[in-house]
Amino acid sequence: MDSIELAKKIRLHAIDMVNHAHASHIAGILSVADIIAVLYAEVLKYDPQNPNDPARDRFVLSKGHNGVAVYAALAECGFFSVDDLDTYGDDGSAFSCHISHKNVPGIEVSTGSLGHGVGIACGMALHGKCREKDYKVYSVIGDGECDEGSIWEMAMLSAQHKLDNFTVIIDRNRMQAMGFCEDIINTDPLKEKWEAFGWMAIEMVDGHDHRQLLDSFNQKHPGKPKVIIANTIKGKGVSFMENNLLWHYRAPQEEYYYLAKKELERL
Amino acid sequence: MRTHVINRLVEKARENNKIVLLVGDLGFHVVEDFQCEFPDRFINCGIAEQNMMAVASGMAKEGDIVFVYSIGNFPTLRCLEQIRNDVCYHHVNVNIISVGGGFSYGTLGMSHHTTEELAILRALPGIKVYAPADFHEAVSVLDDVIGDPSPTYMRLARGSDQEFYDESFNGNIQKLIPYDVKWDEQVDVSIVSSGPILEEAINVQNVLNSYGIRTNLFSSPAVKPLDEEGLIRIGKKSRLIISIEEHNVLGGLGGAVAEVLAGQNQHAPLLRFGLPDVYSGEVGSREYLRKYYGIDAESIVKKTVERMNYL
Repeated sequence: MDSIELAKKIRLHAIDMVNHAHASHIAGILSVADIIAVLYAEVLKYDPQNPNDPARDRFVLSKGHNGVAVYAALAECGFFSVDDLDTYGDDGSAFSCHISHKNVPGIEVSTGSLGHGVGIACGMALHGKCREKDYKVYSVIGDGECDEGSIWEMAMLSAQHKLDNFTVIIDRNRMQAMGFCEDIINTDPLKEKWEAFGWMAIEMVDGHDHRQLLDSFNQKHPGKPKVIIANTIKGKGVSFMENNLLWHYRAPQEEYYYLAKKELERL
Repeated sequence: MRTHVINRLVEKARENNKIVLLVGDLGFHVVEDFQCEFPDRFINCGIAEQNMMAVASGMAKEGDIVFVYSIGNFPTLRCLEQIRNDVCYHHVNVNIISVGGGFSYGTLGMSHHTTEELAILRALPGIKVYAPADFHEAVSVLDDVIGDPSPTYMRLARGSDQEFYDESFNGNIQKLIPYDVKWDEQVDVSIVSSGPILEEAINVQNVLNSYGIRTNLFSSPAVKPLDEEGLIRIGKKSRLIISIEEHNVLGGLGGAVAEVLAGQNQHAPLLRFGLPDVYSGEVGSREYLRKYYGIDAESIVKKTVERMNYL
């Protein structure tokens, strides 16, 4: 499956899943969907039949509230049945609304409190570097997540140890839980900040453009960790969700659900 | 205490190349032997404890046996959520060592008094919590945790602490260690102590014995899991139990003992000695602060004798 098709499937599963579970965070899931799709379709090395293969690349979703996008990608990539996604948020389900590794093949770690997952990923990369392993480590964070001090602790340690086996992708949708980032904690200029922290930083004009994403992933970064700042749109693909804070919280029901599905099926 | 523990860690690291040591820019003149011998397995994570703990989790997930070394509340309270979510929930082999437990850094002020972490960490599922009395107990704890896949926490004192045992020490640090147990049958007072405050507990026992009060003394380096069976046995054979710790009176050793005893149909009453649910704003030596907060031998004896009048 190519990344365009995978991204579409992630978005369609996501609408079904949050509708089913009456769950939040659909807008962020839609903003990160293309990044996840390119990672799983084009970038990461993995074996769905052997999800703990020591040679696999490691992926950690640090913005754990968008776990739906990863669950859907893993199902479509053969880690478990697509039908399992129907249990999302149910009593006793393996799929919690914040990403969970327990009983979900392919998930490395559970996250949900921001600023944690990418530090764990940094530890995995440090281990790989110290032990001369060939795997690479990828982690997706949010731009709102960059408010967390632990992000910058991680950034400094990663640069100090020249973790060129480590790539962080920022889903820069410019919104956080209470509004626009620039009105709350303005993290601009983000690229310059990461560069000042010793990273190779790539800023993408369109974080939904799979060609640009792949080019960014393919850029070598010898001696430095790499950050890809993917400018995205929160709610991407559903017109009434785009840049609308309400859909950080609301689950599409009834006419909103059908409207969203209709728009996404046309993508 | 800390030097003995690091020396043992170096010995163990020679045998086991999975052992790595992370420090939070602390350990000057303590960790250098490890750093020099195993430069690829030593990382100074800087003054950044939250990330250090997350990194520890990531490295342990990849198979390392990770030791994290810092002082006071820095590797515990500062990064508590990372310990909870990243380390304990993922049940990885991360072993936290904090130097300066209790009032070890008495003159440095409240920020460096480590007096709540036993209770706080004890509340996290999956982690084991130790407060050894001296380097003999501490080295035994280290030997145990290396072979234990669970997350652990060990509170140490500082460099020049009292030695309570000799080289023949072979106590089981997972159990109540009978430090001075003269009586097999019913005793008046059983003392349970965690950490270097065993010094005060020994003095308490000596004074009570001189009053003709029959007393047994146990050291309990394991605060979690507590030796429940041993404690229940003691509880049936004592008229009074007292717990002694350099820690808030809430939730630490005394709290753990109370939880076990409360589940029994019959048990001896319990008198808990610890800080009276305050932060210490006092400046002074460990001895001064113990006396100020009523956890020195003299204060403990006085309250114990008073309590015995009501048994």
